[in-house]
Amino acid sequence: MSVVVEAQNLTKNYNGFTAVAGIDFTICRGQCFGILGPNGAGKTTVVAMIYCFHPVTSGILNVLGHEVSENPRAIKTRLGVVPQENNLDQELTVRENLLVYAGYFGINRETAAKRADELLYFFDLSAKASQEVEQISGGMKRRLTIARGLIHDPEILILDEPTTGLDPQSRRLIWEHLRRLKRKGLTLVLTTHYLEEASQLCDDLIIMDKGNILEQGRPLELISRHVGAKVIEVEINPGQRQLLLQSLKKEIRGYQVAGNTVYLFISEDETGALERLNAHSSVQTYQVRPSNLEDVFLKLTGRGLIYEEGSGNETGLYPDNEISNQVL
Amino acid sequence: MKPGFTPTMKSLTRYYKPLNRWALKVLNRNLVVFKKTWPTSIAFNIVEPLLYLAALGIGLGVMIEDFEGMTYTQFIAPGIVATSAMWASAAECSYDSFVRMHFQKIYHAIVATPINLQEVVVGELLYGTFKSVLSGTVILMVIAALGLVLSPWALLVPFVLVLNGLVFAQVAMIWTGIVPKIDNFAYFFTLVVTPMFLFSGVFFPMDVLPEIVQTLAWLLPLYHIVVLLRSLTLGTVGPELIIHLLWLLVFITAIFPLPQMLMHRRLIK
Repeated sequence: MSVVVEAQNLTKNYNGFTAVAGIDFTICRGQCFGILGPNGAGKTTVVAMIYCFHPVTSGILNVLGHEVSENPRAIKTRLGVVPQENNLDQELTVRENLLVYAGYFGINRETAAKRADELLYFFDLSAKASQEVEQISGGMKRRLTIARGLIHDPEILILDEPTTGLDPQSRRLIWEHLRRLKRKGLTLVLTTHYLEEASQLCDDLIIMDKGNILEQGRPLELISRHVGAKVIEVEINPGQRQLLLQSLKKEIRGYQVAGNTVYLFISEDETGALERLNAHSSVQTYQVRPSNLEDVFLKLTGRGLIYEEGSGNETGLYPDNEISNQVL
Repeated sequence: MKPGFTPTMKSLTRYYKPLNRWALKVLNRNLVVFKKTWPTSIAFNIVEPLLYLAALGIGLGVMIEDFEGMTYTQFIAPGIVATSAMWASAAECSYDSFVRMHFQKIYHAIVATPINLQEVVVGELLYGTFKSVLSGTVILMVIAALGLVLSPWALLVPFVLVLNGLVFAQVAMIWTGIVPKIDNFAYFFTLVVTPMFLFSGVFFPMDVLPEIVQTLAWLLPLYHIVVLLRSLTLGTVGPELIIHLLWLLVFITAIFPLPQMLMHRRLIK
């Protein structure tokens, strides 16, 4: 596979603050590459350097064969960008937004009109084509922003937190569109703090925290490497916790504590651990579930990830929660 | 010092390159929006100057019958052309540019395309210039219809309005590059635009002012524009106008790098 983005010792400082601390990564053509991490991890800074918005402080960043500081115009002609904040033209209609944006790339009107109509159809926006942007829903605005990033048929599409702030249904719809784009061979670079999003879409990902890469690999690989196949969540009075963990020493490969909940990581078979749990009178409830990237993140950072209230199985990162982190 | 602030000759020349086809695409974006929204922006740019002309021309005009060989309305009419053009470009590149930059994030959207930030700034200046030419020309046509234009030299007025636009679009954009909040533009209008409006020879001839103030007025770009426009509309054209024209050209060229430098410092971290 050919390399489309290569970073070596990539560093970004803002007024003495290190946002990206000398990281290395490689993105190959046709991949969906994820950059996962909590707010403030440096994800947005990394992608903003790829699309030549923030200048690189030091290190190498090569995009589509060009060094970012040397030829940004050549790079930006071949990149599509979907920023974190919607910056659509509020005063224009849905279709006009695409046409005006096509103008920035020097695409002639005829081609732009054809391409705009195809994209509106692809993103289920044809019926809204002549509506003002202010009148469409958040999910539609997001789809329009993605469509806009594709107007010039780019080789790489950069998506900075594409589904943040959307309801679960809109989020799933966007995932479906992104999967279809991936099947067409488009390279996607995606930042997210939704672990489910990363597991659903990414072939390869880096987990960032405080400007550094903590871990890198395929989602399933990372899960089996760090937490095993399954997790048991146990509700237990903190006073009884040590006793329980002592008795489970042989059955589990690690654990995490968050408030009254203990997460037990097990490799293959949970029967042994369940027997011990059933024998403990102090265990209030427990639940066995497949492990996910959230568990990996929790284990790597020792910091909190909790389920978002009221959004089903969506997850988010809350780096300020204090959670102890220990591995047996 | 930041890289954008080392003023060697070589680094300065790069600020004139963005006057190119990419900047025109930014201008085009604003014109597309203007085609949809012009009925709302026309009140401020065109109706308001006409109110000034009517109130002062009729109100004060009754008391002043002979004003340096003309009616008072004839005297102030070219100044109203100049000030309406000044307000139009100054407002466009302050409040309206700030909204596009800060609230709508239009600049961010555009710099993700092949267009760079310098070209965005120049495109905005060109649009401010368009607004200046547009509102000044409309006022010119109105005063011509009222019989206040006495000479065919007035056909050159739109060219002076281009200079007017470039001056005030840039001065406003410099503030847009600096002000922390949109409310801070109040200082720009109170301390820069309004004094210029009042002391550039629009409402009274400069020679009634103390000599020191007359000298200071020479530093105000609007003064030179008023002299040029009044000479063109009244047909009192002579070689002495060249100096005013040169003053404006030098001013425009000299400050051209500033809006780009300041916007770069503001947005690119």
